[in-house]
Amino acid sequence: MTIHQSPEAFGYDAFLRQHQNKEVLRFITCGSVDDGKSTLIGRLLHDTKQIFDDQVTALQRDSRKHGTQGGEVDLALLVDGLQAEREQGITIDVAYRFFSTDRRSFIVADTPGHEQYTRNMATGASTADVAVILVDARHGLTRQTRRHALLVSLLGIRRVALAINKMDLVGWSQDKFEAIVSGFQAFAAPLNFIEVRAIPLSAKNGDNVVLPGAAATWYTDVPLLRYLEDVPVKSEERAAAFRMPVQWVNRPNSDFRGFSGLIASGSVAPGDAVTVAPSGKTSTIARIFTADGDLKRASEGQSVTLVLADEIDASRGAVIATSDAPLTLTDSLDVRLFWAAESDLVPGANLWAKVGTQTVNAVVKAVHRRIDPETGQAGPAAKLAVNDIGDVTLTLDRQIAVDPYAENRDTGSLILIDRETTDTAALGLVQTVVASSKVAPAPTASVTASAEPARSGGLLAGLKRLFGG
Amino acid sequence: MSAAVAAPLRTRLTHLQRLEAESIHIFREAVAEAENPVMLYSIGKDSSVLLHLALKAFAPGRLPFPLMHIDTTWKFREMIAFRDRRAKELGLELIVHTNQDGLAKGIGPVSHGSEVHTDVMKTQALRQALDKYKYDVAFGGARRDEEASRAKERIVSLRNGQHRWDPKRQRAEPWHLYNFKKRRGESFRVFPLSNWTELDIWLYIEQENIPIVPLYFAAERPVVERDGQLIMVDDDRFPLEPGETPQQRQVRFRTLGCYPLTGAVESPAATLPEIIGETLAARTSERQGRVIDKDGAGAMERKKQEGYF
Repeated sequence: MTIHQSPEAFGYDAFLRQHQNKEVLRFITCGSVDDGKSTLIGRLLHDTKQIFDDQVTALQRDSRKHGTQGGEVDLALLVDGLQAEREQGITIDVAYRFFSTDRRSFIVADTPGHEQYTRNMATGASTADVAVILVDARHGLTRQTRRHALLVSLLGIRRVALAINKMDLVGWSQDKFEAIVSGFQAFAAPLNFIEVRAIPLSAKNGDNVVLPGAAATWYTDVPLLRYLEDVPVKSEERAAAFRMPVQWVNRPNSDFRGFSGLIASGSVAPGDAVTVAPSGKTSTIARIFTADGDLKRASEGQSVTLVLADEIDASRGAVIATSDAPLTLTDSLDVRLFWAAESDLVPGANLWAKVGTQTVNAVVKAVHRRIDPETGQAGPAAKLAVNDIGDVTLTLDRQIAVDPYAENRDTGSLILIDRETTDTAALGLVQTVVASSKVAPAPTASVTASAEPARSGGLLAGLKRLFGG
Repeated sequence: MSAAVAAPLRTRLTHLQRLEAESIHIFREAVAEAENPVMLYSIGKDSSVLLHLALKAFAPGRLPFPLMHIDTTWKFREMIAFRDRRAKELGLELIVHTNQDGLAKGIGPVSHGSEVHTDVMKTQALRQALDKYKYDVAFGGARRDEEASRAKERIVSLRNGQHRWDPKRQRAEPWHLYNFKKRRGESFRVFPLSNWTELDIWLYIEQENIPIVPLYFAAERPVVERDGQLIMVDDDRFPLEPGETPQQRQVRFRTLGCYPLTGAVESPAATLPEIIGETLAARTSERQGRVIDKDGAGAMERKKQEGYF
């Protein structure tokens, strides 16, 4: 079906163009220990012919030494790369895996289901289009399943493949499958997923992963890989305003001055009126420079260098927005944190916050509540401990331009950095943005959680239902 | 006003365009936050792509950092010629560093074996050079698909004062937010090609017409067989068995390194489309041609912890 065709089959040129014109889908796999995540990824790699003969030989050798499949080839060892993981038969850290078919390239974030899972899974989910949530058919939904579903929902993932694994061990029972599916749907209703696609499979045997499984005659839908080839990528579903954080001012000589950055959202064309935060200066786009020539339009995901019609002052950390949707400036941020440091977070703590391309000083003004990782219910809290999810208010030492995370994953996210260890202590999602000053001269609206993003279908509404916000 | 421009509102980006944009973003972030950055240039195809992306990231300006090559003195002669030609054509600042102690002791892959040679002439040499020039950010062309322990390394990878990598003390790297804060003496290795695969590299080289060392293309070359590998006899330092003469075979290389440690593959692929076709149909991984990866299980993870790239 979708396995790579040989170039001889239809000519080198057509073959090249097809592969050069593929798009990419990023997804995250989550599940509990022993749900078979690593085996599933190993199966996807193996059955799409990404595994080479020398790796299979090494795999056979390693399976005898460390395998958990009783001497049979253990596909999990393909992805558990660190010595400690192989010895203990567990996955320690986020691993990124790659495979491709004739239709798409895939980047997989494989995250552990236990240790540091909050931090690792939030990291993997932060750039993912889709989540594949694994369930062991024998055990059904577990506390971990609920935690993982809640977490990917909080990070803004809207489409889920519910991979009900080890179906061979329950005799491919349709009743079991349907009981798990309806249980998940009931639990996930407030999480506001656009789509939950349930697929019965056996990663170990390969049924319904890449190829259809003959064992389940009652399942007539597509295997997991086909779903991943067809599902829309996230950015296509977003119609956000133009935002580009300035990374670098490119000034090779007195004739050229451009602002380099990765477009976080929206699109822009020469002639568009723009407002630069935090200065509030306005200008128009004169050129969209790239090394391959100027562009007539550039959009989300492109790295470009913008040349403005006027000589205005802007440096790294500024954000360029179109003037019809200017940014809000604030020095007080309500943020949902995924706390990753070993030490507790308490009010008064002083950290660095990296937001887009700028780093500012942040003091924790208040810790408001902690989110129960299984139910999603908010409860009062005075501090956050490692792996906690909770809401805080940060006071910044200067005004910065942000959007709510629900509207924009890139201009609404931040990391907190411990000033002593310099480690990344937390991942943060900007909740509501209340302007503490206006970005002159455009009128500045106060954007709150009630402002539903245009086409994102009510994620905020779902979260509000969930958390009673 | 912009409505007059005949262009679609949303550009549907290919996976190569997204990879390119991500790599350029990483270059710009690292350079903006670094005090003294350098790019490690190994002359191979990944380095060629890395250099191409770096030039794009800072165009129309010049490259804001030098290139550094760790020369073990055992590289293929064609690699060195290619390196010097490209540096001249592009007007690049190129630093070449060799471990002079190792050289004086006569350390080499043939006399001392791959493990000692790689440790002294590559790992130790790299550490010497980074300490000598006090670079705090070093770009490298490593990819996560190359090897299992690399799949777990961050794009921005913290090294301690001894250049060691600690896989258990890695920072979360969400969205496009990279943490460049560090303590005294620590430094970063930055891998803009983390999310590229071998196939992506070849497709991009073809699409962008990027120059690469001719050794990647099949040609008649003098080889001998050692431990199941075809080794090209590139100069008279290679010890031949009594009565042995190198055979002319149609071969090419999937990776490049020190010539006595780099296995060739028999192949008729003399053009990029043919190489890409072979890559897709390949039954062995590119690292199979690297002798150093076989220095025992977990060899790469251990080398990386010791400071190997």
